[in-house]
Amino acid sequence: MLELRNLCFQVSDDANERIDGVLSTETGRPMGEKLPLANPHSKEIIRDINLTFKDNAFVAITGPNGGGKSTLAKLIMGIERPTSGQIIYNGTDITQMDITERAKLGISFAFQQPVRFKGIKVRDLIQLAAGGMKGGRPKVKFPDICDYLSKVGLCARDYVNRDVDASLSGGELKRIEIATIIARGTPLSVFDEPEAGIDLWSFNNLIQVFEEMRRESDSSLIIISHQERILNIADEIVVLAEGTVQARGQRGDILPELLKGTEGCKFYQQPSAALQ
Amino acid sequence: MDEIQKNLLEQVAGLHEMPAGAYNIRANGKSVERSTTAHIDIVTKEEKQGIDIIIKPGTKKESVHIPVVLSQSGLTEMVYNDFYIGDDCDVTIVAGCGIHNSGDSDSRHDGLHSFYIGKNSHVKYVEKHYGSGDGGGGRIMNPETKVEVGENSFMEMETVQIKGVDSTKRLTSAKLAEGARIVVTEKLMTHGSQFAETSFHVDLDGADSSANIISRSVARDDSRQVFYSKINGNNRCKGHSECDGIIMDRAHISAIPEITAEHLDAELIHEAAIGKIAGDQITKLMTLGLTEAEAEAQIVNGFLK
Repeated sequence: MLELRNLCFQVSDDANERIDGVLSTETGRPMGEKLPLANPHSKEIIRDINLTFKDNAFVAITGPNGGGKSTLAKLIMGIERPTSGQIIYNGTDITQMDITERAKLGISFAFQQPVRFKGIKVRDLIQLAAGGMKGGRPKVKFPDICDYLSKVGLCARDYVNRDVDASLSGGELKRIEIATIIARGTPLSVFDEPEAGIDLWSFNNLIQVFEEMRRESDSSLIIISHQERILNIADEIVVLAEGTVQARGQRGDILPELLKGTEGCKFYQQPSAALQ
Repeated sequence: MDEIQKNLLEQVAGLHEMPAGAYNIRANGKSVERSTTAHIDIVTKEEKQGIDIIIKPGTKKESVHIPVVLSQSGLTEMVYNDFYIGDDCDVTIVAGCGIHNSGDSDSRHDGLHSFYIGKNSHVKYVEKHYGSGDGGGGRIMNPETKVEVGENSFMEMETVQIKGVDSTKRLTSAKLAEGARIVVTEKLMTHGSQFAETSFHVDLDGADSSANIISRSVARDDSRQVFYSKINGNNRCKGHSECDGIIMDRAHISAIPEITAEHLDAELIHEAAIGKIAGDQITKLMTLGLTEAEAEAQIVNGFLK
């Protein structure tokens, strides 16, 4: 179980910092010294969020752009640290834990914009995801790598030996990112807009991937998404806007309301139709 | 040969025992082992240190190993090796130098390798440099490579220096005839207070000749690297150089590419990029359960693989 207690996240405004930097030469302060920012200058991205994610649940987080969804996902993984509040995972306070510790506790994170590496092959990345080496041998065998890649619609033979670099398209990269999460097989997986950059054909596969992960026991999913078809397979939906939880509930209660609000916007309602 | 020399040999030439094919092993300034084949002859130079390697026209799928190991502290040598490769050959040449210095005087190996490649041949040339030993004396290597690539021939050159060389200046120059190609890949890592300078000078003289120079380097600690590459397009040709450097700690990297077109149909490109390891790369690997240090090592190893 994952609990977010009174979670807040503020960022300082870059423009204000720069102004302070210029002023600092006049005031004789050493350059580069950051002045404590007054609260009005900093921006609240997450405002006092309290949320509980039960085990074996599939929760979709949706809401307008800039509402704090990605930040919330990063706070869970430890990529960002909260300004205040607590994150409790299975009874352990993980607020101060770094990314590695959280990963080892069983949390996975799929990036919205996957990272490229020069010289790291698809095979290497999946092996690292699946737990690296044991006794000088990779823990994961080729048929498994093949399986993970085929789940995201990639033919392993074409991809295992390719570098995870600029030679891959955005969509390919995204599918490989999702394959690394499948390979990890952790109790909690957080996906930040998994549908972004994925073509229609793979999108159908993606839905299947989530449904399959959902069926497997001991697997909780938190998916940040704008897609109705993803929201449609979630157990619960959280609507996040302006850094706060606007609504939360069972899919059947939340989704109809959401769709009402976006009537007339085909892109929001029917991504597949719009893409055709 | 003793164990230290055997270890050096394994590092620079991947050799556990005597290789198949032609070879010449030089240890502490002397040729200690040599083998020739029906198509490849190795002759000691008389007027200066070094050997001539003569590969007969039409030699296919054969290899030559000419590793050099130095384990005597304070030894300094300058060696001239000339390679004469006939027409229609397909050969692999593995050179390399390992220095083990446990003394306080500098050990230094300077080598000039000259390649004269005939027509329609394919030469793969692999050069590895490695240093070990904990003495205060420096481990210094200054390899120079001069290549003349004949008509429609292809030279592939791989140079690797990952560990233990305190100071190196590596100069490579190539002249290409009509239809000739050269591809050079360099992998370099420096640490401590090491210094490495790389310089490529390529003249694309013949029509439809091409050159591709790819350098990947990592500079750690207080080490310093300078990369020069100069490609002259003197005919209808294609030239590309790429220098990609990862800077860490307090290191210093300079990349100074230069391209000159002397012909309307010369197509020349240079790319140079230097930067630290991208933060999101480390973050991604940490989300897979690696520590920050493990993530960094993984990224560097992959980059230089």
